[in-house]
Amino acid sequence: MNKTKKKMLGIPYFAWSAIFIVVPLCMVFYYGLTDAGGAFTLENILSIASPEHSKALWLALLLSLAATVICLLLAYPLAMILNGKKKNQHSFIVLIFILPMWMNFLLRTLAWQTLLEKTGVINSILSFWGLPSLNIINTPYAIILGMVYNFLPFMVLPIYNALSKIDPDVIHAARDLGADSVQVFLRITLPLTLPGIISGITMVFIPALTTFVISNLLGGSKILLIGNVVEQEFTQAANWHLGSGLSIVLMLFILVNMVISAVFDREGEGSVL
Amino acid sequence: MKNAAKRIYVFLIFVFLYAPIATLIVLSFNASRTRAKWGGFTLKWYEALFHNRDILQALFNTLLIALIASVTATVIGTIACIAIVNMKRRSRTFVMGITNIPMLNADIVTGISLMLLFISFGFRFGMGTILLSHITFCIPYVILSVMPRMSHLNQSVYEAALDLGAGPLYGFFRVVFPELLPGILSGLLMAFTMSLDDFIITHFTKGAGVDTLSTKIYTEVKKGIKPEMYALSALIFITVLVLLLLVNRAPDDNNNRKGSKL
Repeated sequence: MNKTKKKMLGIPYFAWSAIFIVVPLCMVFYYGLTDAGGAFTLENILSIASPEHSKALWLALLLSLAATVICLLLAYPLAMILNGKKKNQHSFIVLIFILPMWMNFLLRTLAWQTLLEKTGVINSILSFWGLPSLNIINTPYAIILGMVYNFLPFMVLPIYNALSKIDPDVIHAARDLGADSVQVFLRITLPLTLPGIISGITMVFIPALTTFVISNLLGGSKILLIGNVVEQEFTQAANWHLGSGLSIVLMLFILVNMVISAVFDREGEGSVL
Repeated sequence: MKNAAKRIYVFLIFVFLYAPIATLIVLSFNASRTRAKWGGFTLKWYEALFHNRDILQALFNTLLIALIASVTATVIGTIACIAIVNMKRRSRTFVMGITNIPMLNADIVTGISLMLLFISFGFRFGMGTILLSHITFCIPYVILSVMPRMSHLNQSVYEAALDLGAGPLYGFFRVVFPELLPGILSGLLMAFTMSLDDFIITHFTKGAGVDTLSTKIYTEVKKGIKPEMYALSALIFITVLVLLLLVNRAPDDNNNRKGSKL
């Protein structure tokens, strides 16, 4: 088979991605930039500045940033420890992080309700030891916890992958040349795992920023994130124009994130797989 | 001392990851209907599960969608990789950029964009629209796990097979395919898992009357989850866990081969 023929094999996929990726995105832009009569308007996008919407956006940004930082701080040491294990356990380690996904994401998040409730499991244990109770259910803290819980594997796996690709000889060389552990970490390990870190940040930050499920399940019904606002515009208010306009704002954040990752990860090394 | 600290750290993270799962399994044996209190041990929810047509139908839909979507995505994605790897650098970057969109974009945006497409072009919402959406977000996982193997492939081996008289298809299945297999399998597994666990995109693209486990649970949240659902998720989890342990107990060389899978 020559090259042209081989390229023809891509046609089903190219057609698929044109119809189901590119056209739908164009529709979001079309709806977001028009009003109910079909006339061009920026009103849908500018409505992000309204007090109600900007509050939801700020809260979402704040909580997702907090969750991303916590995930990174938890995941990096964990990935380093796991990387110290034998190489033939690689698939086992990966599967252990993917395994929880086989139990439905909504159920797992709901289980946190049971754990966190005033008379829930965690508080029963705390009171048994005479410790003060933890009342975070239906607060922003519970939402952060839900985000960290759901997206931690997406931070661990890319960092673990980046770590396992480091040639041990590079570290030995640095040590031979007199670097201590801190120097090895800061000047060898950290820079080499940067693509993994960036990819982990993307994979935690974007779903956390745009979630509406976690805030619904763990935040009570009072805390609205930008994801909740968009979801309600589509399923309850049926105002697709406004919902699309707000989605365009969300995509701006995604775009900024993509540009930052592209700058740090030119080789496309950081990936979950 | 240092090792002990490491062990404790890993242990705590695992408790964090698996505590909700343990909770769900315990709840599946709880005789009381509410989550709030323990009413004694029972197996009645497991029995009730097999008489609950709604849940079984949702389970069937979920598995059927995950199976069709992941297999279709694997076929389309793998074939697309053959084309992409032979493209010029610039067009390859362009195609990979498009491929990355569903992965990098927020699920909620992917969900509503597909919903707008289906509404505008008069699709009937139901199994069909869910399947189209799932295939769409599954393909990138396949491409991203097959591509690295495809680009490291030694073209000469395939050409040698052709020189030795193999037809293009025979050559592909005997020479190229075995090399790609680990990537294809890991893409398939990834796609299947993602489809199985998806709620957000299904939420926007399903019609009335069709439910997957996720959407069924979401509608049940407000009136209270039926304990049968806990029983079902416990069964699914235990099944997967047993499969995983069996795979991991296989002989060592077997393990090494699988090691490159993910």
